[in-house]
Amino acid sequence: MSLQTVKFYQTGTFTVGNRLLAEDERTIQATAARSNSLNCGHRACQGCGEALGARYAIDAAMAAANGQLIAANATGCLEVFSTPYPETSWQIPWIHSLFGNAPAVASGIAAAMRIKGRSDVRVVAQGGDGSTTDIGFGCLSGMFERNDDVLYICYDNEAYMNTGVQRSSATPPAVRTATTMPVGPEPGNVFGQGKYLPAIAMAHGIPYVATATVADLRDIEYKVRKAINIRGAKYLHIFVPCPLGWGSAAHDTINLAYLAKECGLFPVFEAEQGEVTGVSKIRRLIPVEEYMKPQRRYAHLFGKKPALETIAKIQARADHNIKKYGLLEQGAQR
Amino acid sequence: MSIVLDKPFAITLDVGSSLANKTGSWRTARPVYLDRLPPCNNQCPAGENIQSWLNLAEEKQYEAAWRKIMEENPFPAVMGRVCYHSCESACNRGTLDLPVGINSVERFLGDQALKHRWKVEPGKSTGKKVMVVGAGPSGLTAAYHLARLGHAVTVFEASAKPGGMMRYGIPKYRMPREKLGAEIARIREMGVDIRLDSKLDDVARTMNDGGFQACFLAVGLQRGRCVDIPGAGEGQEKIAVVDAISVLRAVELEEATALVGRVVVYGGGNTAIDVARSAIRLGAVSVTVVVLEPREHMPAHPAEVKEGIEEGLHLINLRQVRRIDGKVLTLEIMVAGDGREYLHTGQSETMEADVFVQALGQAGDFNALCNLPGIVIEDGAVEVNAELMTGSAGVFAGGDMIPAQRNVTAAIGLGKKAARNIDAFLRGEKPRLKPKADIADFSKLNTRYYSDAPRTIRPILDVVRRSSGFAEIVGNLDEESAVFEARRCMSCGNCFECDNCYGVCPDNSVIKLGPGNRFKFNYDYCKGCGICAAECPCGAIKMVPEEI
Repeated sequence: MSLQTVKFYQTGTFTVGNRLLAEDERTIQATAARSNSLNCGHRACQGCGEALGARYAIDAAMAAANGQLIAANATGCLEVFSTPYPETSWQIPWIHSLFGNAPAVASGIAAAMRIKGRSDVRVVAQGGDGSTTDIGFGCLSGMFERNDDVLYICYDNEAYMNTGVQRSSATPPAVRTATTMPVGPEPGNVFGQGKYLPAIAMAHGIPYVATATVADLRDIEYKVRKAINIRGAKYLHIFVPCPLGWGSAAHDTINLAYLAKECGLFPVFEAEQGEVTGVSKIRRLIPVEEYMKPQRRYAHLFGKKPALETIAKIQARADHNIKKYGLLEQGAQR
Repeated sequence: MSIVLDKPFAITLDVGSSLANKTGSWRTARPVYLDRLPPCNNQCPAGENIQSWLNLAEEKQYEAAWRKIMEENPFPAVMGRVCYHSCESACNRGTLDLPVGINSVERFLGDQALKHRWKVEPGKSTGKKVMVVGAGPSGLTAAYHLARLGHAVTVFEASAKPGGMMRYGIPKYRMPREKLGAEIARIREMGVDIRLDSKLDDVARTMNDGGFQACFLAVGLQRGRCVDIPGAGEGQEKIAVVDAISVLRAVELEEATALVGRVVVYGGGNTAIDVARSAIRLGAVSVTVVVLEPREHMPAHPAEVKEGIEEGLHLINLRQVRRIDGKVLTLEIMVAGDGREYLHTGQSETMEADVFVQALGQAGDFNALCNLPGIVIEDGAVEVNAELMTGSAGVFAGGDMIPAQRNVTAAIGLGKKAARNIDAFLRGEKPRLKPKADIADFSKLNTRYYSDAPRTIRPILDVVRRSSGFAEIVGNLDEESAVFEARRCMSCGNCFECDNCYGVCPDNSVIKLGPGNRFKFNYDYCKGCGICAAECPCGAIKMVPEEI
C-alpha cells in the first residue's frame, strides 16, 4: 500500500527525505518549496502532534490540489492556537465558524464551488476528536450520507486538550483526564464506552476512509493525495500525541505515535466503499506497556502495585486490533 | 472612529500573520547541530574518515570517496585486503544486525582507482628535503604525505623491491602483488624518489651528506625472533629449524623454502598462520600450528585462523615446545590460569616433524642508527616522544620499530602522523591537534529509521582451489553490492541530510540550506521541544540548556 518498495537506500522511505532517492520519490515535507500551510509563530505547545499532523496533511492537500484548496476548521486547539484574531498562521483560504458545524460549512463551500463550476477547487474540513466524534458528529454524518465532495480530517489526541484535558468519546479506557474518576477502584476513563469513528465512517459506505499517525509522514501524504483525487466524502483520522494532555515529554511525540501503531492499539489502514483495502503492518511488535509507560495519563496503572488486570484488558484491545485488521506480517494479509 | 469604518462589516483589526509572535522566547533548551565522532573513525589506526568516504560511495561518487581515503591513507587497495578492520568490530550497525563491510568497500574503491588510474598531485614545493629510511607501509605513507605537503622526499630501501612487510611478510594469497606495486608506483609518480638496494650503514652521515633537513626512520623489525630449544640441531636425523620471517621472505622471492614434509609452526600470531597457510599451498604433507594460548586468546585474527583450518591446518592450543630430539618434538601440556597466565602441568606429549618454524615475534637491526646523537633504543625498539621524534632532533621514527601496535594499518597511521609532525617541525611550528569530538555511540542513534538490510558477504575461493595455489582467496564485491554495503552505513553522529529535522519540526523552525549544506535552526520560532533531536537517526543534534 502506502509504503513503496525501493532498493535499499540507507534509510529507505523511513525518513522525511533521502538524498539517495529520485526527486519524484521524495516527500512533500522534504522540499524547500512545501507550502508551510501552518506557518511558525503559532501558539501550540512544545512538541504539539496536532500542529505537525495538520502541516503534514494540509501541505500534502495543497500539493495534490495544485494550491486550490479551502479549509473549514472546527473549534479546538488547532483553531485556537493558529488563529487568535486577528493573527493567523494559516497560509491558505481558511474559515472557522462554530465548534460543531465544520462539516456543514465545508459541505456549503463544496456546493458553492459546484455551482460556480470550480471543479479545480478542493475542500477540506478539519477538527480535533472532540468536534469530530462528539460535538460535530451530526453534521459529519450528514456530510457522509450526502457524499459531499469534502475531505474531513480528524486530528485525534484523545481528549479536549484546549479547554483542559476533558474526556471525549475518543478517549481510550483507563486514561486519566480532568473529567474521569480520579480515585477509586478503577480510576480513569471507563471501559466499554466511546466510539471509533473510522468504523462509523466506513459504515456510511463513503468512497474513502483511512487512518494514519504523525510517525509515518509518507503514509499521510499518500492517503491525503489519494483522498483529494476522489470525488465524494472522504474521512482521514490522524493520530496526534499531545504532550500536555498525555503527560509525555515534548520530544516524545513522534515516538509515541510510532509505538501506538507498533503495539496494535492504533491500527493504520485504509478502506474503500466500506471495505478495508490496505493495512500498515507492524514492523516490530511491542507490548502495550512500552507505549503507555512514558505517558503520565497512564501513570496510575504503573504504581507500586501495577494494575495488571487493567493493563491486560488494554493489551486485549491491541490483540483484538491485530487480529481484526491483520496487522502482523505472517498470514495476516486478507 | 474612521479606522473602524474603513473596514468590512464587524472587522475592527487588520489581518496579521502569526509571524509577529516570536515563539522562540518559550525555549528552555535549544537544539544545535554537531558532528560526533563515529566509532569506526575513532577505531581506525590509520585515522581514516570512514563515515565520510562511505557517504560519498553511497552516492556512487567513487573518485571523491577514494580521494577522501587518500587524505589519510595512500593504500586503499592494500588496506581493503590486509587490514584487520577493527572498524567493523566497532561499527554501531553490528548492534542492530551486522557491521558494515567497510573493508570490502575500501577494497572496491582502491581497485576502482587502479582501474581508472586516478592520481594524487604533489603539493607546491617548499624546497625542503626529507629522507625516509625503509620503504615499508610506514615509510611509504610518510613519503606520500610529505610529498603532498610539498617536500622533496628520498626513500632508502635495503631490499630489491619496495613494500617492506607488505611484500615480504604478507603472502600473495592475501594480497596480489600487482595491487601493491600499482599503489607504490602511484606514490613514485608524485616525485618520491625510492632508492632500492640501498641499505644505509650510517643514517647520520647520509642525512648530512644529502642535505636532508629531517629524517623518518621506518626500518621495521626485519628478523624473526627465535628461542633456543634444548636438543635442536643435535643428532643425526635432525629437524630443520627456521624462523617465520625468513620463510615468508623466501616464499616471496620464490626461493626454495624449507616448507616440505611435516611442518610444525610455533606461535599464535598472524605470522604463524601466514606461514602455515603458505606451507599448505607449497604442498607440505601436514601443517600443524602449536600455540601457547587457547584459541580464543590467540593474537591472530579469528578469520585468518578459521580460513586456515578450512584449508587443512591443524591447530594445537595450550602447548609449549620443550625439547627436540631428532625428528621428535616434546610438547608440554599447559592449562589456562587467571587471565592470560598459563600454568605448567609437567605432562607432555610428542609429535614428529620435518620442519619446525618459529613464529614468535620479530626483532630489529638498528646498527645504522648508532651515530645519531641522543637516540635511545630500549627493549628492542626505538624510543620516541608524543610527536614521534626520537632523542635526535629532526629524526622521527614510526612503524614496527617503535613500541606501538604492530600491524600494517597502525604503521600507515604512524607514517601519516610522522609526516604531519615533520612538516610542523620543518616550518618551526608545533603540530596542531584537533580535539576529539564526542563519540557517537549506539545510544545516540534512533535506529528505527534505518532500513533492514543484511550484510553482503564477499565471495571466498573454494577451499580446494585456495589450498593448492597462491591465488587471492577473498573476492571482490561487484559495484552493486559495494554500493549496497556503503548504504548500510548509519552515518553515526554526522548529518546525512535525511530531512528528518526539517520535516518533524511542528514549528517550521528548521531551515533547509540545500544539498550538501545541511540545515540551520530558526531560533526566532523554535520552541525547543526537542523532537528534531529525538528523531535524528544519526545523533547529529544535541539539546543544550538555554541560559536564562
